Parts: sequence; structure tokens; C-alpha cells
Amino acid sequence: MSAVRVIAGYALQEAVRRRVFSVVLWLTTLFMALYGLALWQVFKRVADIHPPNGIEPRPFAGATVFGLSMFATMFLGVVLGVFLTLGVVGGDAERGLLQPLLVRPVSRTQLLLGRLVAAVAVCTVYVACVYTILLLMTGLIGGWWPDRIALPAVELAAGVATVAALSLLGSVFLSATANGIAVFIVFGAGLVAGLLGSIGEALGSGTLKTAAHVASWALPFEALYQDGLAKITEHTAGFASFILKLGPFGGAHAAGPLLGVWIAGYVLVVSALALAGFTRRDL
Amino acid sequence: MGLRTLAGMPPALSVQALEKRYDGVQALAGVDLVVEEGELVGLLGPNGAGKSTLVKIACGLVRPTSGAVEICGAPPTSADARRALGYLAELFRFPGWYSADELLSLHQRLAGSDGDRAERAELLRLVGLDEAADRSIDTMSKGMQQRLGIAQALIGSPRLLLLDEPTSALDPAGRRTVRTLLEELRGRGVAVMLNSHLLSEVELVCDRVAIISRGKFVAEGSPEELSHARGVEIETGSGMHSFPDAEREDAPRLVADLVARGESVYEVRILRTSLEESYLEVVEDTQE
Repeated sequence: MSAVRVIAGYALQEAVRRRVFSVVLWLTTLFMALYGLALWQVFKRVADIHPPNGIEPRPFAGATVFGLSMFATMFLGVVLGVFLTLGVVGGDAERGLLQPLLVRPVSRTQLLLGRLVAAVAVCTVYVACVYTILLLMTGLIGGWWPDRIALPAVELAAGVATVAALSLLGSVFLSATANGIAVFIVFGAGLVAGLLGSIGEALGSGTLKTAAHVASWALPFEALYQDGLAKITEHTAGFASFILKLGPFGGAHAAGPLLGVWIAGYVLVVSALALAGFTRRDL
Repeated sequence: MGLRTLAGMPPALSVQALEKRYDGVQALAGVDLVVEEGELVGLLGPNGAGKSTLVKIACGLVRPTSGAVEICGAPPTSADARRALGYLAELFRFPGWYSADELLSLHQRLAGSDGDRAERAELLRLVGLDEAADRSIDTMSKGMQQRLGIAQALIGSPRLLLLDEPTSALDPAGRRTVRTLLEELRGRGVAVMLNSHLLSEVELVCDRVAIISRGKFVAEGSPEELSHARGVEIETGSGMHSFPDAEREDAPRLVADLVARGESVYEVRILRTSLEESYLEVVEDTQE
């Protein structure tokens, strides 16, 4: 485990020295300022919002803007996670950075694990902090609090960790640039599938709903996001629930207790594939 | 089970019937090599001959198609082999945001070295970078980075050092520093395999030279063994006399003949091919 710790520390040091964190911090601050402005405007005029019958304007506005902020949190977390992992194998090997590390008593498993641990730790802390700040802003400015507080944050962090694991897998087979493009395309595909699900829900199309459901489990960061969205209005029932669950970038869908098991298995399989590919790769 | 020396210790590097094929290209075609403790072996060959592939397989960075490699009796991907190994790649790069001291510290932790600050200071001194310990790698010249690479390879007191073109970016003074360092390491019993195109360097420092061409060893021996007689030149009062077919043993007779003819002999030169000439002859033969 000592080598894993050293590699994880190296990855974190790299992120700090290459100013990845400062760039993300500036972008996050900018986003939060814009989110605060949006909150202030929305809730200043909340009385002018007329949602469908049976829904209070404040929960409607709160769930919608907070659902959007959850998407932004996940997106920013994914940007961070991908930049921490996209060049771990292919990129670093091409630049000659990887070989000096791997001739030490460090196995390829330890190297991958160290890099994944560092990325997941950073992204989890990041998502937790951003989510908490946005939650407080929404509650304090808008006077609306989600039904479930902690679990949606855990699911967003798990979604980001899943994308980081996919990015690590891609880095074994692709150059850094190709991997970055591929991971963002996969991430975008998940979101598009979520949108299709929302459209299917609104139109009552079983085919679209099934396609979206399959896609959200094949790319489970989307299922996690949808489940997180469902949890913020978990105690709302009836037609109001239906309207709120149409949510942004993929409707809210409670995934059920199997999602956690699925995610754990998914990340394990992705990591095992990455290791198998890395073990066979000549450097 | 790997080869054993008479003393029962496994050699620093043992390569047996090693083959490597990349997508239909035969990079190594059955290579055997043993490097003993304290031996300095030069690995020579034209571009694409398989030198770097051999070194990378020995480091565990590339998987062989067939054959066996052992570092001090252990497979190259094992922790024991890696603890015994120091390596500098031909195309290496270190994180530019590290200082020289931080880089060595990282490698100390990875290698499990307990040398601490004293080891880092000593290694930087050995490669002439003691004044640059806190300097960031980004601001170093290629030559300084290469010397830092050698210091990095020496972390943890390796028993085998694999150096792939370690002096390519160095000026003459830097090369001399490295040469002195290699001689010192040999004195400490460290085995070194030096992959280089600088034949004069190899000739000066290596105990043994192995020439590889098209994935096979085509010649092996000490620099003296690889060279051959190229004639005798004798300077006399009437000018230079050349005997291109003569060897060292012929010199006394040739001098006696000249003296008998009334010549005054001032200098006798026994000519042998340089390593470069021997190398070119061997390689050109195999390339035809």
C-alpha cells in the first residue's frame, strides 16, 4: 500500500503544481457567483411563477434550479476527474514520464490504483464542497431545501468517480487527447440518453424510455445523477412529483437499491479491464 | 532457474534466447547475454538493431515474445529485480514542476531507499549538480537533466545499472564526469550495461562490448579483442615506412632490417583498428 500512497501523493502534487486546482477553483467561483445571481432573481420573482396546478411555486423553482446546479456540479467534477486521469498511461508513456516510475518496485496495479485513488479523493472532496455550498445558497437565498440532503451528493461523487475510472481505462489504450475527447463524448452520450428519457416520459413513448433506461445503466453516472435528482424531491407525490421529475438533462428516476451494487461492480470491471490492458502494454 | 557464477551468486543480468516481435517486425531474434557483477558492458548497434528493446525487456517495460531475462536471479517485473536495478531511458522526461531534490526524494520513496537527504546530496554531487538541488527541472538544460537522470538511476544503490544513451546530451566535461562515475561504480561492484552510439566513450570505459545488428549479437568481446592489426608504421631518417600487412610480432624484424640498411629509426607505431572501425566492419557485413 505504501507505493499506492506515494503514487497518489505524486498525482496530487502534480495537480497542485500544474495549477489544475486553481483553474477549477476559479471556474467554480465564477459558476457559484452566476448561480447566486440566478437564485436571487428567481426567488425575488417567485410569486410570478405559475407552475401547473397543485404545485407550489417555491418547491418548483427550488427543485429546478438545484437540479440544474447538480448537473453543473457533476459536470465540473467530471472535468476535474478527467483532467486528473486522461494521460495516466498513454499520455505519460508518450512523454517518457511513466517509464522511470515503473522500473521501481511499483507494480502496474499499484500505479493505476494510486492514480485512481487520488482522482476519486479529489473529486469526492470537490463535489462534496461544491454541493454543500450550493445547497446552503439555495436554502438560505431561496428558502427551499431538498428532501434528502446527503445521498444526492454521494451519488454525484460516485458518478464523477465512475467517469474518472472510465477515463483511466481510456488512458491505457488512447493518447491523452483522444482519450479526453472519447470520455467527454461518452459523458455527453449519457446526458443525451437522459434527455431522451425525459422526452419519452413526456410523450409516453415506451421505446424511448427503455432506450434511456438501458443507456443510464450502461453509463451509470447518468443513473446516479437521475437517482440523485429523484432524491431531492423524494417526498413529493402525485402530479407534482411527475412534473418535478421531468428535471433538466434527464428526468429524475429512483434507481432502487441495486444501483450501489451495480456501480461497485461496474467500477471493478472497468478497473480490471484497465489493468489487463496496462499489463499487456509495452512501454 | 537462472545462471549461477562460480561463487554461487546469480549474474547481475542474464538473458537467454530472448526474442521480441512487434506486429511482424522481429526486434530481437534469440539473444543471449550475461553481465556479471562489477562488469561494464557496452551495447552497440545501428538504429533499430534492438538495443533499446533489449534494455526495456530487462527493465520489465516490454514483454518478451519468448526467452528469459533475470536481474540478479529474479524476473524483471519482480520487486526484487527492481530493487536491484537502476535505469535511465533514452527518451526520458521528468516532471518539470519538481526540483532535482524532490525528484530524487520521490524515487527514494518508490525504491524504498532509506538513504534520505544524505543520499540525495551525495548523488547530486557525483553528477555535478550539487548546486542545483532546489532548481526546478523545467529550467535545466538537457545535459543537466541527463545528469539528474543518472543520479535518479543510482537511487537505492542498484546492483545493475541500465543506461540507454546516457551521454548523448552531455558536453565533453559532462561525459568525462559520467566516465569517472562509471569507473567508480565498477569499483564498487555495480554492473553496468551502457547502450551508446558514442563508440569512443564505450571504448574508453567498457570491459566488454556486444554488437547487435538486426536483433542478433554479431560480435562480442573486449574492445581489444574486437580490434585487429592494421599494420606497422616506422619513422626513420628518410621518412615514414608503412607495412600494412605486418603485425606487432613483426616489428623487431622490420626495425632490424631498416637498421641493417643504414636507416636511423625514430618511432615505431603498431596500428590496430579502433572500436569504431571494427564496429563498422561488423555491422556493414551483417547489413549486406
